[in-house]
Amino acid sequence: MTNTGNLTSQPQQQPPSPPHAPSRSIAPSKNYAQDPVNQSLTNDQKVEFLSQMYRIRRFEQAALRYYNQGKMGGFLHLYIGQESIAVATVSVLTENDHIITAYRDHGHALAVGMTMNECMAELFGKRTGCSKGKGGSMHFFAPDKRFWGGHGIVAGQTPLGLGIAFALKYRGIRGACFTFLGDGAVNQGVFSESLNLASLWNIPVIFVIENNLYSMGTSLRRSSAIRSCLAQRAEGFNMPWDTVDGANFYEVRSKLAAALSRAHEESRPTLLEIFTYRHYGHSVADANAKKYRSEEEIELYKQYHDPIRHWQNTLLEEGVITAEDAEEIDRAAKQEAADSAAFAEASDYPSLDELFDDVYWEIDNKTPTSKYGRYFFGDDVPQRFLNQDHNVS
Amino acid sequence: MPQITYRKALNDAFVEEILRDENVIIMGEEVAEYNGAYKVTEGLWKRFGDRRIIDTPISEAAFVGLGVGAAMMGLRPVIEMMFWSFIFVAYDQLVNNAGFIRYMSGGLINIPMVVRGPANGGTNVGATHSHTPENMLANIPGLKVVCPATAYDAKGLMKTAIRDNDTVCVMENTLLYNEKWEVPEEEYTIPLGVADIKREGTDISFIAFGRAVLTCLKAAEILQQKHGINAEVLDLRSIRPLDEDSILRTVSKTHRAVVVEENKPFCGIGAQIAATIQEKAFDELDAPVLRVSALDAPAIYSPPIEKLQLPTPERVIKRALEIL
Repeated sequence: MTNTGNLTSQPQQQPPSPPHAPSRSIAPSKNYAQDPVNQSLTNDQKVEFLSQMYRIRRFEQAALRYYNQGKMGGFLHLYIGQESIAVATVSVLTENDHIITAYRDHGHALAVGMTMNECMAELFGKRTGCSKGKGGSMHFFAPDKRFWGGHGIVAGQTPLGLGIAFALKYRGIRGACFTFLGDGAVNQGVFSESLNLASLWNIPVIFVIENNLYSMGTSLRRSSAIRSCLAQRAEGFNMPWDTVDGANFYEVRSKLAAALSRAHEESRPTLLEIFTYRHYGHSVADANAKKYRSEEEIELYKQYHDPIRHWQNTLLEEGVITAEDAEEIDRAAKQEAADSAAFAEASDYPSLDELFDDVYWEIDNKTPTSKYGRYFFGDDVPQRFLNQDHNVS
Repeated sequence: MPQITYRKALNDAFVEEILRDENVIIMGEEVAEYNGAYKVTEGLWKRFGDRRIIDTPISEAAFVGLGVGAAMMGLRPVIEMMFWSFIFVAYDQLVNNAGFIRYMSGGLINIPMVVRGPANGGTNVGATHSHTPENMLANIPGLKVVCPATAYDAKGLMKTAIRDNDTVCVMENTLLYNEKWEVPEEEYTIPLGVADIKREGTDISFIAFGRAVLTCLKAAEILQQKHGINAEVLDLRSIRPLDEDSILRTVSKTHRAVVVEENKPFCGIGAQIAATIQEKAFDELDAPVLRVSALDAPAIYSPPIEKLQLPTPERVIKRALEIL
């Protein structure tokens, strides 16, 4: 496992400082472990968080191996290095809180409870995939788990998260929507528009920038006029904001919980920026992953800013787990990932006819009105999708 | 039967659907306090208040996207584009999100949203405000597109669009808002994908949608009076789904067809219809299928010239006479 390192070893020196100058803490204490939201955690919960992070990492490493074997097409945007964020988010959700994210979505999907099988099968383009092989890596959805995707266009999901939270407020439901985006997405117009609407209308939405320092190959320093802090942009919209160290699981939980509380209690939005780092490229096809940043930088972050390593060490120090427990958790995650690949491999591809399903509700549900008019065009549309009433004589 | 304007018919549709379904909301620029830039939502805010009728800042991308998110949760947002011309700043939201989320989620998520507003030229507002993007949006599997030509159709189609579980793009016309037609007082809906014969005829078929239907009706009257030719006018009403049966039926009846639209010709709806006819009813044709459309340049400002840029009864007649 040369690409994962020994996660149980202790860091030998201090991690590099996150590149944030200003910080306006919204959490009650700097000692995040003492925050009531963390104090109330049971040992089982703490172990579960570690397990979830391992599951994401081992799932994606398995996916990477099969990608490189040609088992899947397109893009594969790996979340490795950022796992604490998705897992911590799901850990603070209450029953009416929702999640939506961008295209680096495998971590969020697994964290909300989607199975490795359905996710891996989707990557393989199989019918048993979460989207029946129609969405692919960037488009995982599980509305039954209040996870609304999985969106491919940078910042395209930001107004959707706003709309989900709007609907909650409209119906008088005490809930919120965590809306994730990358550091590249902050420069899209629709994100600024969404911030304005969220604050103007007091929408219970929490925008979370997962700042991994690179929008594809363009560093933060080359893309943002305010280089030290992205969350500070919230001030232009009269919105509370904060920065978060993504490697500190307690801190991530504290600040997410504080933002969630603001959404629930005051129906006010928050902009959080979580400092994190992706160990791999923008996508697997990112041949320049080591050109726009140095090998040394990547290694430094793996050593000192790896959320799994940090959380595991925390649990070891707290005496919650032993090194053997950690190995067992890791082993189980690897086995689950391997099993999911076998499941995906054994599954069928969708048929060509299924290409036409899931486009229109009327057609899928064979409603009486679906017989009016033609929904699909071209010479290869299967007969069952065509109106057979052409009375040309 | 009372005569009401196209504008009032739409307004009535909103009132009925807002009263029928708690999930229906109306959102857009100036739709509430201002009563609508074209007064289509007049009186709704006063009657239903801030919760149901919502003024937005000028942020089309965000409020169309907000509509998609709210629709995923089961609301039925009716989003006004002050002009359909403004959809281009929200194109990603409409196409990638409203259009494709159902598909990309394997059918797990529906987007029951209406995006509506005027899409027409002929008002001397220049190229930026005169777009008719029905062909572009009908090109997106997952979206539906309707273009009502009369008050009766506008109301019936709008009510159906609001109840539809997919996103429907309703393209209205500012030049029709003040026009009056008979509209029954009792409730009715019109299914999407059903064309309507607006004038029965035997000699040639004019196939059109939106305001071009009225142009065809005028042309048909003139042809009758001056040339003794009896033209049939088929109003498609809905572009996607498309009532292909009615198209083929009228062609097999008259054996001649002119497709008329106010959009530009290149890759327009007329091209789709003409291709369909030649493919499926070639033997029924006694002449080539001809097309009349807006003249193929950006919408010109100059008022008298813009009138001529759009299809006129004279141009329709001229084309018709070429194949009669």
